[in-house]
Amino acid sequence: MATVNPTVQSVGPQAGSRSFVSKLRQGDEIARLVTFLFAASVVVVTVLLVYELWVGSALPRAKFGLHFFVTQVWDPILDEYGALPFIYGTLVTSGVALLLAVPLGIGAAIFLAELAPPRISDTLQFFIDLLAAVPSVIYGLLGVFIVVPLMRTVIFPSLNKPLGFLPWFKGPSYGVGFLTAGIVMAIMVIPYIISVSREVLLSVPRDQREAALALGSTRWESTWKVVVPFAKTGIMGSIFLALARALGETMAVTMVIGNTPKISASLFAPGYSIAAVIANEFTEATGDRYLQALVELGLVLFLLTFILNGLARLLIILTTQKGSGIAN
Amino acid sequence: MSTRLRWRKFLSNLMLTMTGLCALISVSALFFILGYLLFNGGTSINWAFFTQLPKPVGETGGGMANAILGSAKLLLAASLFGVPIGFLGGIYLAEFSESATASVVRYSADLLNGVPSIVIGIFAYSMVVLPFKHFSTLAGAFALGLMMIPITLRSTEEFLRSVPRNLREGAMALGASKTKTIASVIVPAAYRGILTAILLALARVAGETAPLLFTAFGNRFWAHGWLQPTASLPVMIFTYAVSPYDDWHRQAWAAGLVLLGLILIINIAARTILSRGIAVPRS
Repeated sequence: MATVNPTVQSVGPQAGSRSFVSKLRQGDEIARLVTFLFAASVVVVTVLLVYELWVGSALPRAKFGLHFFVTQVWDPILDEYGALPFIYGTLVTSGVALLLAVPLGIGAAIFLAELAPPRISDTLQFFIDLLAAVPSVIYGLLGVFIVVPLMRTVIFPSLNKPLGFLPWFKGPSYGVGFLTAGIVMAIMVIPYIISVSREVLLSVPRDQREAALALGSTRWESTWKVVVPFAKTGIMGSIFLALARALGETMAVTMVIGNTPKISASLFAPGYSIAAVIANEFTEATGDRYLQALVELGLVLFLLTFILNGLARLLIILTTQKGSGIAN
Repeated sequence: MSTRLRWRKFLSNLMLTMTGLCALISVSALFFILGYLLFNGGTSINWAFFTQLPKPVGETGGGMANAILGSAKLLLAASLFGVPIGFLGGIYLAEFSESATASVVRYSADLLNGVPSIVIGIFAYSMVVLPFKHFSTLAGAFALGLMMIPITLRSTEEFLRSVPRNLREGAMALGASKTKTIASVIVPAAYRGILTAILLALARVAGETAPLLFTAFGNRFWAHGWLQPTASLPVMIFTYAVSPYDDWHRQAWAAGLVLLGLILIINIAARTILSRGIAVPRS
């Protein structure tokens, strides 16, 4: 290759050809510069976002410090703000969502990766991808008109009667509340768990399965005792990813959680979440400290999802060695 | 056959059936949602929905023409803002970058992709709404465009990288400059994948509500120009669904059907027609 001189093609005078080449070079440099500016703007925007959240929440950070996270008062009239009810609501609803979504999602992923013939698996995955595309406000709409009445008339009575002595299932129920939000959220995060777990399971080497089967294990034993443990870290990654989505989930939760800044043990009680309080009160916030307290809640949400997404990506990369494409 | 073996086989079949059931339940959720919306939205939708403005509170009838136009304007402006940055940034990552700068850009994009949409809304509020001192189409489009950047960027990079090496070498061997090679060989070879990803990104932000609440805000009338608050379909669905009026609920269903229909059509078209034989990255 080294013997081929790229300038050999030019028939004209050497000087002209050189300037031609250098012009092209310049073109390359311009293209490089332009694309660099656009790429750099992504970094700038991201840094600016973190900066705005930090500066925008200066007042409550100075006033309340770490007390912000442990106080329950949320009183715009006294200008006192504590984030605990919202943090509690966010954690409880996400917890409920994961409790429901993880077994279902991993079960479905095992079916898609291990059992279903490729063509059926791909078709089902296509539907799962479409399910992931359904916007959050649509889930909220269905939540308000299907899950909330269902909660009041069916789920609450059937759980309250046998288990009502436990603090988690005490009444009364208004239909809206932690459990309702958790159920709606579970349906929303299942597609993420399925897609990523399936991908991770499919990346488990074939010989692992064959070795287990050759040793006389049944199909389920090879799946559960060999393939799943092999893919364990990646599946954990899919769960973290789903948790990050659940924490930041806004509309569907806002519509069904009840919007009451209270900490209650009962899952049927109405509550509030970080994202929901920002959505409801941001435009109505009067006074700087009120608005900035909401921005600080946004900062908390940002940090939580930042950590979880980072962990998820790391775990998925560890198992598949090609993570970033999936971790999105 | 020993009882132990029989038990193991039984357990195996049982558990495998269970996983099948899990898959069935998950997939049927889609058809349930679709069926329910088709039924409720289909009976609520009418011509007025597409052509009329919302009626004053308390009066029945009217439509969401302004929200439909508002959503279209928001998506257009968001694409004009988000796609060039994502696309050209992606070209930089795939073709020009040194590994150190590239990983910083990549990392920022992944970080931006994971930011909850409501936080994007706060950011757009302080960047656009505060300086202009009022809610606007522009602010909403800024928020949505911001969400399109990381998806466009990463998939542009991925698809450009997957263009076979010999195409690149062929163009170089013919004496084309790097810029010429990218513009006339590499991008055309990868455009279907990139276009698919952009369409999927567009479908995703089309349904976003949270970042619009305090950027585009809402409007019961037409929004003139780009600097007025504007109605949009997702925000209308939210406001109407949580309202106490039956007629508004009816219209929320109609709007839900229109929005979901639009998003699913874009998704199906992008995934099946445009990307035949291409692995579509997940958003």
